[in-house]
Amino acid sequence: MGATVRIGVTVNGERRESEVEARTLLVYWLRDELGLTGTHVGCDTTNCGACTVHLNGESVKSCTVLAAQADGAEVTTIEGLAPEGGLHPLQNAFWEKHGLQCGFCTPGMIMAAADLLQRNPHPSDDEIRHGLEGNLCRCTGYHNIIEAVKAAAGNEVSA
Amino acid sequence: MTSVGQALKRKEDPRMITGRGYYTEDIQLPGMLHAAIVRSPEAHAAIASIDTSEAKERDGVVAVYTGEDMAGDFAGGIPMVWAPPGVEIKTPEHWPLKRGQVKHVGDPVAVVVATSRAAAIDAAEDVIVDYDAKPAVVDPEAALADGSPLVWEEFGTNKTHEWAVAGGDFDAALAEAEVTVEARYVNHRTSGAPIEPRCSVAEYRGDKLTLYSTTQIPHIARFVLGGMLGVSEDKLRVVAPDVGGGFGAKLQVYAEEALVLALAKRLGRPVKWTETRSEHMTTSHHGRDQINYITLTAKRDGTVTGCRARVVADLGAYQQLLTPFIPTLGFPVMGGCYAIPSIDLHFTGVFTNKMPTDAIRGAGRPEATYWIELTMDKLARELDMDPLELRRRNFIRNDQFPFETALGIVYDSGDYEGTLDKLLGHFDVDAFRSEQASLREQGVYRGVGFSTWVEVCGLAPSRAVGPQGVGLQAAFYESANVRVTPTGSAIVYSGISPHGQGLDTSFAQIAGDILGIDPQNVEVLHGDTDQGAWGWDTYGSRSLSVGGEALARAARKVQEKAKRICAALLEAAPEDIELEDGKYQVKGSPDKSMTMAEISGAAHIPPNELPADIEPGLEESSFYDPENFVFPFGAHACVVDVDVETGKVTVVRYVAVDDCGPAINPMLIDGQVHGGITHAIGQVLYEQIVYDEEGQLVTGTFVDYALPTAAEVPRFETDRTETPSPTNSLGVKGIGEAGTIAATPAVAAAVLDALRPLGVESLDIPHTPVRVYEAIQAAHGNGADPPSSQQGVRLDEHGKGSAGSGPTRPDEGGAS
Repeated sequence: MGATVRIGVTVNGERRESEVEARTLLVYWLRDELGLTGTHVGCDTTNCGACTVHLNGESVKSCTVLAAQADGAEVTTIEGLAPEGGLHPLQNAFWEKHGLQCGFCTPGMIMAAADLLQRNPHPSDDEIRHGLEGNLCRCTGYHNIIEAVKAAAGNEVSA
Repeated sequence: MTSVGQALKRKEDPRMITGRGYYTEDIQLPGMLHAAIVRSPEAHAAIASIDTSEAKERDGVVAVYTGEDMAGDFAGGIPMVWAPPGVEIKTPEHWPLKRGQVKHVGDPVAVVVATSRAAAIDAAEDVIVDYDAKPAVVDPEAALADGSPLVWEEFGTNKTHEWAVAGGDFDAALAEAEVTVEARYVNHRTSGAPIEPRCSVAEYRGDKLTLYSTTQIPHIARFVLGGMLGVSEDKLRVVAPDVGGGFGAKLQVYAEEALVLALAKRLGRPVKWTETRSEHMTTSHHGRDQINYITLTAKRDGTVTGCRARVVADLGAYQQLLTPFIPTLGFPVMGGCYAIPSIDLHFTGVFTNKMPTDAIRGAGRPEATYWIELTMDKLARELDMDPLELRRRNFIRNDQFPFETALGIVYDSGDYEGTLDKLLGHFDVDAFRSEQASLREQGVYRGVGFSTWVEVCGLAPSRAVGPQGVGLQAAFYESANVRVTPTGSAIVYSGISPHGQGLDTSFAQIAGDILGIDPQNVEVLHGDTDQGAWGWDTYGSRSLSVGGEALARAARKVQEKAKRICAALLEAAPEDIELEDGKYQVKGSPDKSMTMAEISGAAHIPPNELPADIEPGLEESSFYDPENFVFPFGAHACVVDVDVETGKVTVVRYVAVDDCGPAINPMLIDGQVHGGITHAIGQVLYEQIVYDEEGQLVTGTFVDYALPTAAEVPRFETDRTETPSPTNSLGVKGIGEAGTIAATPAVAAAVLDALRPLGVESLDIPHTPVRVYEAIQAAHGNGADPPSSQQGVRLDEHGKGSAGSGPTRPDEGGAS
């Protein structure tokens, strides 16, 4: 084991502290240490976006952030996007519009879409497509993902 | 109201949208160790020595084993299961860890087991392997030439086998042909690339082994792995938890699955191995990789009289589960949806120093549909005939079904005119052609491609493809068990093993309607060999037409018993009980009725009124082996724009009309079609597995191997017709691979249509910007009209201009 660092991170509203190897990636700390397995790993090169979480309110790919870099920050994962027992409008819209099949890219896709809607509450189709370019899905052909994001944004009729 | 036919929201989704899905990588077991594999960096080499001493010294390392160390752990190697009668297929030994020689980049030579993922990866880098490099061969046609380096010297040739099938008299058709067209096509190598990498976790308790794995085939895996490990099946449980997409890449029994089982047994602790994306690109099997030589013969009036295909299939270095079979899998539809009286097919398999190929979405049928449809287009140009008119002249007519092809295959049902007519209702060809002409004046090169497709799926009648048929050493029936609980909900177990298709929902709809239970109260279980009967898993678009039918049959047996119980308690005849709106009632007396909860309560706690000849309990099973395949079909149109300055292709419109019989859940059908088309768009425009001349993999990450993103695909316009299959009682056909099969030619044909005014008549896929740009330049050199601008520069062959790889226009600074 290499050098370690002590970190304190507010994850889904709860303060979590631990001693991590300095090289530990945020995604593995979330998955292996905290058991938040909704955040997935799909590639080695920051292309697929399955690991997308919010760091201080903005989406990041947690496979390209060291856990140590999150020290003192607030992290939101898919498990914390909505209050326990409830659904975020995007989660509901992905369900309604069949925006997922195998479900593996889904948490990252929803977290990326949530950030997109924060920055642009009523995006056009084209803005959604380009806004989600960093998240790969092999199942859906993206069609229903776009429909879901539009529905969550409340502008299903816009072109 | 029945739920079949309704777009019921998926029962799978609540856990997946909240991050509570349960994938193999999520599994953590007490004392679990992590494995990392040491892989060959050489395409072909002898292993001179392996030094594991330094790796063993590292912190956290529990064990390091080479192929020699583990030779005694395996009773058998990784098997290949096709034994076609009368044909010998050269099949080398294939052990999970290699001894003596490596045959492709990524071949596993040693394994490190450590207390953490990072420690295992660190130590794997400290294993020192000396290789004596040998000449490699990567081009399948070069591999067949005299003097080629041999992948396997002991065979004296790189040719693995030849397999042929023919019907009708093609030689006569060729001799008498008024028109003959010939073409060569390359169906290049691709990756399945599910977003979930492969992962396997093995556990050994007492004398029982359990494997959790990202697999499409837990039942087959148990059968195969039991043999490899010398373990009887009752001592081996295989579980497929939530699986994050398969696309054929997980229709395999992999070395790493056998390895973690052997390691767990050796070490007495659970062992997990998770694939990196680079490992996926290197050592999860690839797909396609065929060269096709096609001849179509016809009369001047457009009647096609013969079809000949000569297929050279690059199988890579080993035979995996179905490697040599996949190129031939599409043979039943290698005549398309056309009544062609003579068909002559010949396949040659070839070893190269590459990862083996095997099934990837469509598996043999996208390749075939690509060459059938593009050659029909070519014939239409030769005849100066509208390509859709040529298709109509050759369609198998509705009144000809069931239709026996020249190869003796019986197409179950079809309405090819119907889907094409419906497509043209959505897509006005005349309006498109005038728009195309006016855009061209503005320098916009727009093209349309059509595909009228048929495929063969619903694997399969065991008699046709089993040992005494085509020769797969397996059967392909499916099983189902339906159990009604004492309070009237249902738990069903199916032998299929879905991984994204939504079958928890569609199967609940089928069973719920038959049982008279709300689908929300029907729990569908699968993918656990200790839970249900033997099954044959999910691939070949078989889940619904084989597994769904097995489920319907088991559910009907339960319904029949429920009616007998109901009849006894209501003092009526069983044949007078009918199921209406979830109630079992006496015909003509709807006030005399029972719910399933009441009936099942009586089945489990029998009242004295129940006759003794009715057994307690309410549970039935069924095993169903289909009489025939099913043959879904449809008509697709794709519109693309080609930027002639950069060669970049943009899909601007896609219209699909498909027919997979009556819809169980139309929302799920649309989803499968969207994803299938996108898979083909990837293959035709972006994706390609590339090895250099030395056999080094050039496309080892998602940076180099470009999957389509949301920005590269259009909205999809979908519609359906519903022509029931007579093969099963539900009338259903498969739809999981249809989009990929249909769209491969449609997208490619659209690019060619756009390029034709520039003098480009043919162009191998993938239609990457550099290929398209160079084709335009080459055609100009041949005297064709120049494009409107001569700008543009040589782009790198891979990466640039593809999805996720940055700017592609010279004026954006992406290439210089």
